[in-house]
Amino acid sequence: MVRVILRRLIQLAVTLIVLMTLVFFWLRSLPGGPVDALLGERATPQTRELLTRALGYDQPIWVQYGRFLENVVTGNFGNSIRTGEPVMDVISRSFPATIELALAAIIIAVGLGIPLGYLAARHRGRVLDNATIIVTLIGISIPIFFLGYLLKDWLTQSVHLFPPSGRISTGLGNTDVTGFFVLDGLLTRELDASADALWHLVLPAFTLATIPLAIIIRITRASVLDVLDEDYIRTADAKGLRGPTIRRRHVLRNALLPVVTTIGLQTGALLAGAVLTEKVYNWGGLGTLITDSIGGSRDYPVLQALILLAAVVFIVVNLLVDLSYAIIDPRVRVK
Amino acid sequence: MSGPGGIATLADHKRKRIDELIARTSDAGGVSLIRDAGRRLLRNPTAIVGAVLILLFLIIAIFAPLVAPHDPVQRFPELTKDLTVDNIPGATAGHPLGSDPLGRDFASRMIYGARQTLFVGVLATLIGLLLGVLLGAIAGAVGGWVDVLVMRLTDVMLALPSLLLAITLVALASRSTQWTVIIAVAVVNVPIFARLLRGSMLAQRESDHVLAARALGVRQRHIVLRHMLPNSLTAVIVQATLTFAVAILDAAALSFLGLGDPDINRAEWGLMLGVDGVRYFEVRPELAYFPALAIILVALGFTLLGESIREALDPKNRR
Repeated sequence: MVRVILRRLIQLAVTLIVLMTLVFFWLRSLPGGPVDALLGERATPQTRELLTRALGYDQPIWVQYGRFLENVVTGNFGNSIRTGEPVMDVISRSFPATIELALAAIIIAVGLGIPLGYLAARHRGRVLDNATIIVTLIGISIPIFFLGYLLKDWLTQSVHLFPPSGRISTGLGNTDVTGFFVLDGLLTRELDASADALWHLVLPAFTLATIPLAIIIRITRASVLDVLDEDYIRTADAKGLRGPTIRRRHVLRNALLPVVTTIGLQTGALLAGAVLTEKVYNWGGLGTLITDSIGGSRDYPVLQALILLAAVVFIVVNLLVDLSYAIIDPRVRVK
Repeated sequence: MSGPGGIATLADHKRKRIDELIARTSDAGGVSLIRDAGRRLLRNPTAIVGAVLILLFLIIAIFAPLVAPHDPVQRFPELTKDLTVDNIPGATAGHPLGSDPLGRDFASRMIYGARQTLFVGVLATLIGLLLGVLLGAIAGAVGGWVDVLVMRLTDVMLALPSLLLAITLVALASRSTQWTVIIAVAVVNVPIFARLLRGSMLAQRESDHVLAARALGVRQRHIVLRHMLPNSLTAVIVQATLTFAVAILDAAALSFLGLGDPDINRAEWGLMLGVDGVRYFEVRPELAYFPALAIILVALGFTLLGESIREALDPKNRR
């Protein structure tokens, strides 16, 4: 077990080093190099030379590479071109918004996906099953930003059921404790702020949940069907176990293993989907930060940090998922 | 067997027989498996629906000039007359779907859109496939440090969400064109094809037909090209079908983020939806509905067909 963790951690480190190296050379391959990217094309030769020396670009390439790695490890990504603030400050400010949204989406996707997939499998070939399959197919074929606009148009413009954009109504939730608005409201006993933040969360979370939800339904359905076919289910049935017991202890426990892996892999879809969802609902998280960093002049220091962050999050989540296998599946522990 | 030299004839004869054996073992599973899968496919309504959707899309794309009532880039005075940011004319005589934000015939743009969307989807898929197959084949055939290097590289690419990687790649170019979009969407799929091919190569490296060929002294290049690659292609084709759907969805997403093709004349569904469709959603939602519906149907068609082929090829379903 410990050896497995160690091996995966080494793999994580190797992947990150390769990624950082690619990012390093990516920044140097930009037309005019990073100095031009920072200053724009109209900079005078004097300012250009000044900045080149200040940033250490007059040093040999391996010195620059070493310093780059050192900076990354210590979390020093320089300053944002757009705002001039340190990149880490900009990112940590946007971070809670996206985590709040992604968590809400994954709760919806898992909370609805597993029961629906399970029900579809149990009613295989009947109306419920076919309807579920069709809906999930449309779910993975629809551009989610379009779905976002559609929901927004129907539920905020035609019927005023939800707020159209933002994370909280103005005037509410002035006390910022953690940056997670729903949690902040609970901590400061401003329950109205909490409820308002939750209300703002519904539509974006559903939009972002679309693809993971469709995929979790499909995987759960397929996996339950596989397990229902197994000999041990027939045995359990034959020895007279009650239906609910078989379903809970034998079917679900075994069928959920591939689903857990899928949830981990969906982190990627959530991170990418957040970019689109946040733009639709003007959410102001990491996704908005990415959109802002590529619009107009490209904010390379921020982009570079966001790419590394996305990779770390994805790899770490999947590592945790693999480790959780040991808890769910005794067979892994024995090996 | 009548040849000039006795020994040469014998050698030829032997080589031919063993060649036949190799051929039979390498595609004995192949041909019957494919024929078997084909039969199952034709009986599967899901596959038929997918194929019909794709066929319809292809026909519209090929015959666009015959089907479309107008030139997709021409601006019509009768449409631009009342055109403002808050009023985009709907259906009128001669313009069944009305105008787009620049006074062009929206129906014709939708029809020509099939062409451009097909172009983007097919090219993105093909480029991704070719690069991936090349990388995977090299990794699988050469092995050693080359394999390790290629696999680490694909690890890194797979560690990033595909759309995020595409965004990064487009951001790398100083300005986006139709080609930066196609290449970004293509590169995202390279690691998937590479892994697929490498896996299949590794599985075959120890298989009987490859061992037989190697024992005979067939050259490595010949083994890879003639015996291993063809057997890996079914998996690649299935993946390509599914990739097409993802490619046009990703291209639409890039357009929405402002990283799409800047050519205002280009009629491509993702571009139409991602730029004008969402910008004028409150004025005239049809500008979004039609391209979105077209994208959903085409993506659905490719997904249905791809999944059906995969299911049909699954040995568990063989009877």
